[in-house]
Amino acid sequence: MTTISEPPSVSSTTSRTVAEPVSAAPAALPAVPEEIAFDIKDFCLWYGARQALYDVKIQIPAKKVTAIIGPSGCGKSTFLRALNRMHEVTPGTRLTGSLRLFGADLYSAGVEPAVVRRRVGMVFQKSNPFPTLSIGENVLVGLRLNGIRDRDLLQQRLENSLRQAALWDEVKDHLSRPGVSLSGGQQQRLCIARALAVQPEVLLMDEPCSALDPLATAKIEELIQTLRDDYTVIIVTHNMQQAARCSDRTAFFYLGKLIEYDETRRVFTTPSNPQTEAYVSGRFG
Amino acid sequence: MSSSRVIPLATLPSAAQQRWRRWKSHAVAVALALCTLAVTAPLFMVVYFLVARGASALDWNFFTQIPKPPGEIGGGMANAIVGTFELLAMAAVVGVPLGVMGAIYLAEYGSDRANYWIRFSADVLNGVPSIVWGMVIYLMLVVPFKTFSAYAAGIALGIMMVPLVMRTTEEVLVLVPQSYREAALALGIARWKVITEIVLKTALKGIITGVLVALARIAGETAPLLFTALGNAFWNHNLKEPIAALPLQIFAYAISPYDDWHRQAWAGAIVLMALILGLNILVRFFSRGHKSS
Repeated sequence: MTTISEPPSVSSTTSRTVAEPVSAAPAALPAVPEEIAFDIKDFCLWYGARQALYDVKIQIPAKKVTAIIGPSGCGKSTFLRALNRMHEVTPGTRLTGSLRLFGADLYSAGVEPAVVRRRVGMVFQKSNPFPTLSIGENVLVGLRLNGIRDRDLLQQRLENSLRQAALWDEVKDHLSRPGVSLSGGQQQRLCIARALAVQPEVLLMDEPCSALDPLATAKIEELIQTLRDDYTVIIVTHNMQQAARCSDRTAFFYLGKLIEYDETRRVFTTPSNPQTEAYVSGRFG
Repeated sequence: MSSSRVIPLATLPSAAQQRWRRWKSHAVAVALALCTLAVTAPLFMVVYFLVARGASALDWNFFTQIPKPPGEIGGGMANAIVGTFELLAMAAVVGVPLGVMGAIYLAEYGSDRANYWIRFSADVLNGVPSIVWGMVIYLMLVVPFKTFSAYAAGIALGIMMVPLVMRTTEEVLVLVPQSYREAALALGIARWKVITEIVLKTALKGIITGVLVALARIAGETAPLLFTALGNAFWNHNLKEPIAALPLQIFAYAISPYDDWHRQAWAGAIVLMALILGLNILVRFFSRGHKSS
């Protein structure tokens, strides 16, 4: 993997000042080969009659951490859920626009939501291990219920996922205890391991630390850094310091529109949009 | 702010007034205790009469022998006891899948409008008198096949169970937090699997409780059995033939002119009550864990 010293940010929003050398055609292929995980154009989403997302246009890079920030109600969770078709759980939603994952249209007619969700996993705000399953069963439930029976493979995935979630050492002797017997931070890491066991390409995280204490939060932020090598991570957070610490790119949403999308350090130090600056400096939100 | 007149505080009651108030309190407490006694007394009355009249007929013969002709000593209700269990099993086979699947539709798939009418129909069905069920199933399953049968009785009891099972199952399914469904869907598990493997399993205790309550209710239903099972003085070897059941046997014995049969009817009632008591104890056992979670 070639290391790039000054990569141009692959931003598709129009509100970026041209202050440093960028590729000549920003909307076309980038000059440096950076793989795009999500290519989203003209994306609008309605809950019934109410429009929640307005013409979102964004390209999210692969194997990087992208943070989505914005005040409450700005559409960041809605946008995240649209990335793995979870908004379809709510009746009455509809959307227009194109959303491609590594080139494949996720919303085309023949594509089943379950298939999309195996490629794009999700971790939720409040940890939710299944109460009737043990720790080990919780991690493997995604594989078992998708028909995988090979015991060696299951055992291997169990250990790998728990190691990746930094939970293996703590639970390896207690795999048959109920999933809900762990502490809050451990439960969230268990949910991450459960999502990773299915080996998705992308991991979506919807405010994963908001229900946790600072120590558990720190552990999960560390975890996100290690996940970056293997997965594309998109994290929604209302904690701007967390976004500044953890992410490579940051997208700022406000009232359903994507206001700014750029490298994290630029969004937080020299944002180009005055609304971004107002939010980042704490003047509202 | 001072005024020229001293405004008196509420005066404390005198000793006589206090005594009167305490007496009133006690009187009301005693009256409420008497009401509680009045409410629970019928249960004790039932138990007393059952045991006084029927305990003497509860012997080994009662549980192992089929009825003997009147005049001969001995004989029992073994076939009726086994018959009741067989009918309850058949009713469960019919009622539980229909009720649970209906509840799954209501909780997971239904729209508000459809659900309103489905619940309304279930409530109306719940209120249909059991004798009406007996007559309807008689027309549908006894007349065309020209025989009373255990099948007809089992199906009749099963259909009676459906509204109860459906409502209680729906209640517990709705209680399963939406976050579990979303977590399972986010793993790429197909929706029907999410419902059977995650939602149903999480709600299992509550579903079992509902099924047991419904079984306890239909265990004592006599009217539908009059038209479908008919009763059998011998062992039933083929479910297409009439079958004995406790409520039927109790009825037949109670209106007979023989004292021995009367005592056996009381004994049969004891066994029926014990069955229902057992089911209720199981319900308590299952809902203990459920309520605390």
